[in-house]
Amino acid sequence: MEIRLLYFAWVRERIGIDGETVVVPAHVATIDDLTGWLSVRSAGHAAALADSTRLRFAIDQQLAQPDTMLVDGAEVAIFPPVTGG
Amino acid sequence: MIRVLVQPEPFDAATELAALLTAAPDADSGGIASFTGLVRNDGALAALELQHYPGMTERALVALANEAAARWSLTAVTVIHRHGRMVPGEAIVFVATASAHRTPALESCAFLIDRLKTDAPFWKREWSADGTTSWVDAKDADTDKAGRWD
Repeated sequence: MEIRLLYFAWVRERIGIDGETVVVPAHVATIDDLTGWLSVRSAGHAAALADSTRLRFAIDQQLAQPDTMLVDGAEVAIFPPVTGG
Repeated sequence: MIRVLVQPEPFDAATELAALLTAAPDADSGGIASFTGLVRNDGALAALELQHYPGMTERALVALANEAAARWSLTAVTVIHRHGRMVPGEAIVFVATASAHRTPALESCAFLIDRLKTDAPFWKREWSADGTTSWVDAKDADTDKAGRWD
């Protein structure tokens, strides 16, 4: 399954890139699985994704939860709680 | 009429209010409420930078504007949110709602500003005069305020 990742705010800074496209193994089914799998890619990924309570997610530009199922070709965004307004 | 803009450029709240007055149908509109959010001068703040998620931001704001228009029978809605770098005193966000009566206009205006703080993908970063930066943490109080509209 191919996933297009986008990172924002301090998640982007810690990982060091705006986004990346990854092909995930079969056992990665949910967003929670995905962050666990991503966190071992680099020290930056580990630092950005360590505290899941400080992360929020969107799949195809709709807010999603850690247990939301991934779909092939999805755009998955990982970011801190939003602070607009 | 629903007007949603996400832009780096400054906007003029007075011009936007006048445009909403023109857009709102006379026969159905009895009042307009508006809110303009400014960059607050918190001590050593030199500038505020807003990052956003192009595409999702517009979708989230249009969804909120549509929800407000349906829930309060609005005759016109304008939502403008800036991104990029701005200095204290500049306007960041503008919400204006037109309705037949004051209560739906005022309530829907409060709904939009409360909910865009929790639903629209923007992130604030503060720049100090000495060049250091820090990302602003989300406030529980904002989540509570947004929750009162559930």
